[in-house]
Amino acid sequence: MNFPILTFLTFIPVVGMIVILFLKKENIKGIKYTALIATGIQVILAVFLMGNYNYSLGGINDASSFQFVELFRWIEIHDFPWIGTIKIDYFMGVDGLSTPLVLLTAIITFIATLSSWTIDKQLKGYFALFLLLDTGMMGVFVSLDFFLFFVFWEIMLLPMYFLIGIWGGPRREYAAIKFFLYTLFGSIFILLVMIGLYFSTTEVLADGSKVFTFNILEMMNTANYTSDGILSPLNPNNWRFLAYIGLFAGFAIKIPMFPFHTWLPDAHVEAPTPISVILAGVLLKMGIYGILRFNYPIFPEITQQLAWYIGLFGMINIIYGALAAMAQRDFKKLIAYSSISHMGYCLLGMAALNTMGISGAILQMFNHGTITAMLFLIVGVLYDRTHTRNLDDFGGMATQMPIYTGFVTVAFFAAIGLPGLSGFISEIFVFLGAFSYDTIRIIAIISTLGILLGAGYMLWTLQRVYLGTLKEKWAGLKDLDRREYLMFIPLTLIIIFLGIYPSAMLDVMNTSVNTMVKFMQDSQMFFSSFGG
Amino acid sequence: MNESLLINFAVVILFLPLLGFIVTLLLGKKVSKIFIFENLVMLIGLILSIVLLIAKVTTFNNVSISSEFMWIDMGDVPVIGQIQIFLGLLLDDISALMIFVVFLISFLVHFFSIDYMKGDIRYNRYFAYLGLFTFSMAGIVLTHNLLMMYIFWELVGVSSYLLIGFWFEKKSASDAGKKAFIVNRIGDLGFLLGLLTLFLTYNTFSFVEIFTEISQGNLPLNSEFGLTITGIFIFCGAVGKSAQFPLHVWLPDAMEGPTPVSALIHAATMVAAGVYLVVRIFGILTADAMLIIATIGALSALIPATIALTQNDIKRVLAYSTVSQLGYMIMALGVGAYKFAFFHLITHAFFKACMFLGSGSVIHAMHHEQDIQNMGGLRKKMPITYATFLISAIAISGIPLTSGFLSKDGILAGTYAFGTLTGHWYFPFIGFLVAMMTAFYMFRLIILTFHGEPRNKEKYEHAHESSFIMVMPLVVLSILSFFIWYTPNPMDPEAGWMYSDWIKNPELHTPENLRFGFMQSDVTSVITPPGEHRIMYSETYTAALHHVHGSAVFLSIAMAVLGILLAFVMYQWKKISADILADKLKPLYKFSYNKWYFDELYHKIFVAGTIGLSRLIAWFDLKVIDGIVDGSAAVTKAFSKSIGWFDDNVIDGLVNLTASVSAFIGLIFSKFQTGKVQTYIIMVIFSLVILLFLFKSF
Repeated sequence: MNFPILTFLTFIPVVGMIVILFLKKENIKGIKYTALIATGIQVILAVFLMGNYNYSLGGINDASSFQFVELFRWIEIHDFPWIGTIKIDYFMGVDGLSTPLVLLTAIITFIATLSSWTIDKQLKGYFALFLLLDTGMMGVFVSLDFFLFFVFWEIMLLPMYFLIGIWGGPRREYAAIKFFLYTLFGSIFILLVMIGLYFSTTEVLADGSKVFTFNILEMMNTANYTSDGILSPLNPNNWRFLAYIGLFAGFAIKIPMFPFHTWLPDAHVEAPTPISVILAGVLLKMGIYGILRFNYPIFPEITQQLAWYIGLFGMINIIYGALAAMAQRDFKKLIAYSSISHMGYCLLGMAALNTMGISGAILQMFNHGTITAMLFLIVGVLYDRTHTRNLDDFGGMATQMPIYTGFVTVAFFAAIGLPGLSGFISEIFVFLGAFSYDTIRIIAIISTLGILLGAGYMLWTLQRVYLGTLKEKWAGLKDLDRREYLMFIPLTLIIIFLGIYPSAMLDVMNTSVNTMVKFMQDSQMFFSSFGG
Repeated sequence: MNESLLINFAVVILFLPLLGFIVTLLLGKKVSKIFIFENLVMLIGLILSIVLLIAKVTTFNNVSISSEFMWIDMGDVPVIGQIQIFLGLLLDDISALMIFVVFLISFLVHFFSIDYMKGDIRYNRYFAYLGLFTFSMAGIVLTHNLLMMYIFWELVGVSSYLLIGFWFEKKSASDAGKKAFIVNRIGDLGFLLGLLTLFLTYNTFSFVEIFTEISQGNLPLNSEFGLTITGIFIFCGAVGKSAQFPLHVWLPDAMEGPTPVSALIHAATMVAAGVYLVVRIFGILTADAMLIIATIGALSALIPATIALTQNDIKRVLAYSTVSQLGYMIMALGVGAYKFAFFHLITHAFFKACMFLGSGSVIHAMHHEQDIQNMGGLRKKMPITYATFLISAIAISGIPLTSGFLSKDGILAGTYAFGTLTGHWYFPFIGFLVAMMTAFYMFRLIILTFHGEPRNKEKYEHAHESSFIMVMPLVVLSILSFFIWYTPNPMDPEAGWMYSDWIKNPELHTPENLRFGFMQSDVTSVITPPGEHRIMYSETYTAALHHVHGSAVFLSIAMAVLGILLAFVMYQWKKISADILADKLKPLYKFSYNKWYFDELYHKIFVAGTIGLSRLIAWFDLKVIDGIVDGSAAVTKAFSKSIGWFDDNVIDGLVNLTASVSAFIGLIFSKFQTGKVQTYIIMVIFSLVILLFLFKSF
């Protein structure tokens, strides 16, 4: 067996967590550096993964073209009453859909660790939970077994709850509970659909017997559905539509999609900076990822039916988020709403159901991850120094903190989608894709308003906080220190690099996206033979 | 020199300013003299661009050289097909000429700024931004495809944002930068849609490939309307960048930037980008699209000209004049006077840059006084500035012997011919009217600034001619405003190399039936005047142009002279009092003085509207959506509370009841537990007896 890189990627943080739990509470340095080393190793592994990734393999529905696969039986119970054999696999692997997100998770977590340096309350507990969260996130992106996926999905939830609820701002408990309940609410739908799918698909074992399966790839193969399975396309009572909606809603909460988005601003405002960075940088991607990984290939026929609505919600997210951002007074809340707007582009791109749109959506996830992470760090840097986030309190920061403002300018213009920076490529791909699909062309046209509104609120913020004359009370503020440089420089380089050479990321996902589009198109024919 | 060397030249020219930008920006804090590097880079760029231009018009005349590389290769994808996005450069007559203009003016502005910006706290950063701007502009000029055009288009937007808002401590400056960027973005939305439409149809962004497809009759979205709408969409981009009506409002505000910046981006380059874009796509415009373009151009020529009549800020007058002149160019393109439009773009770039730099020289001398009401008499103090300004003003008014006459007359003749050919007479009418207004407000500016008695004695006393560094660019630019550089015959541009070698007739790709009649291949047997073989589009058009040429020349000179005369009558000789006139025409005057209330209107409708809407959305989000969320939480909580009560009182009551009953019973039975063996024995016996009785009955 090869080096199980995905297992290492996923569980290195847990190792770090265990080490931290054994460390003394007073050993602040030891705790911090353990976390930094754990996430640092993760970055190295993720880069190694990228370096050895074979661009020509598609993945999606074909187990043999997934890479770095680890597959063994995790749970197997024979002769279980009512069901028979229960089998759950430890099945991990990556394709072009997940590889960019694995890299993103590693990078963002590392930078969030750096950003956690300023945390001074109960460090031991903080970093332990932080690393556990890391494991959950990584696991979500590499699992190919629904059950395993769900386990990681739920693992994420608890540390996040505590990280917001204990280390957050004044309304932290409200925000934490809101986040927790919202996500849990979504999880229930995912769980239901998971069980429904489990009892509808079978897998043939080596000995020829058929057992129910949690394997996602098997769920994509229509031949595996039992004729009476509740979510089988052969079943005349078509529950698949409802299942699709349920699953979609479960994931949509994470995106977050209008109207399930209000937990996000609260969570962001209350969360400490590094947690905001992770929340925006990684957690929001799970919704889109889940839809692309589950909804799209498992329910291709319903995806086709609902593409227009997905695009519509994308449009609403884009415009609604942008308008809501414009009215905010709290810097962090503004960035939170801008996140909602930017995630709308992902939905719009996905709805295009073609290569450009879906590639654009995945790229947008990556770019939004880096750009918005940087935006939250920017707010964090300012908050650390001034202890306020009210936009009206600032002004003229550019004269006091010129280097910091330089990074701010890059991040803001990247968020606006300036060519030469990464955000532009994903936006233009999303629009090219959506415009190519005549069903959602009008939606795409209206959505272009988003880039106008985006420029509006971003430049307005830039003006209010950084331009103008410096307020006297901020005259003593220091520019960035070395640790902060270390957070900003890698992100800036990624943003510029992907703006100039987007192929570095597009090539990774290209084969997989093509495979998915092709697969969905082919299954379209299969489903149309059922008249639905 | 071969073609590949030439294109490598172009690549070097493109990236030199970027190098200047990066080096100057990163070292700006540490090395105080780094601005010299930026200037040097620009000088090298200028020399290279001259070499390029000469090589292009001599050895490589009529050849377009292009070079490209694949930027994004997605291969053959399902549903869409082949997706390969190329970036590359195209070197044809137009781009070679334009890149020279850009570099010349950019270099002169760099040079001028060395003195003008002296003492600024962000001195080096200023030069870095100029470098970024020049890079973006060079990209627009040299690109061979629309996507790259859009990319550099946006980069021009951001560098102009940085330059306009360079003195960001001033609220008005940062406001102006923001306004410029956002208003430009409105136009860019249209550009983007045009881009999307073209890519959707042809899977390519390359000009040449798109043009070839259209020549073969493959229209965007497979319809004639598609072609028209694509042209208009892309034109929207030009409306933004070239500050055309109704998006012209950003340009006057952009005067908040340092004055050399205004010369660079608001006279010669950035605003010219819009015209350049229309020049680039001219071949695929339909008659309908052209008519819309011409109308927008005419309105943009007229409205700002009427505003410029009454403005008192020296830079604002120039700004409105710029919008008006750009409107001329756009109108000229719309009526098919392609060559004249592009020619005017170049001549205007020189004399308007000269005037902006001249105004910079004046403002510098007057210690940042910009109101011409406080000037006057500066002619004696600043003779060179005055002379160069005067030459440029004569040029823009279209007096013979100047470059402006050649190009402007061409445009007016073009609109005139268009009038005779199509019956749209309002274009020449507006054209001639604006010509008169231009001459008037320009000489009003000159008279109020340089002639007469100084109205602010104190500032006047301190005024002095600017240094060599600032005057040299003025001289160069004013020299370029003479006819001799363009044609040996001051009355006939067609006699020169400009039209025969440098600016060629456009190639048309629009299907014949979608063009104006006069642009269709000739079938009529109009006899060409003897000795004339320069056919633009068709002989009909050439004939019409020749027919009107004489009267157009006469009219345009008459209009210019009339305008200048009127200015002298009112401001120099004061035969008619401007104040009394203004008082008599008060509503008109106020309308003009307040810029037709565009800013107020836009602010009320769009800005306030958007902000109002955003507040409404935020309220909705907080109260309605979050209200539902919190409400459902509250409901759940209340429900759970009542359940809790039920649980406590009813369910637990039952449980407790059971418990108390058992306890009671237990209490009773506990009486039997005495701990005395005798009692237990009695009870056992007693029980046994009872049991025996019970069993007996079975």
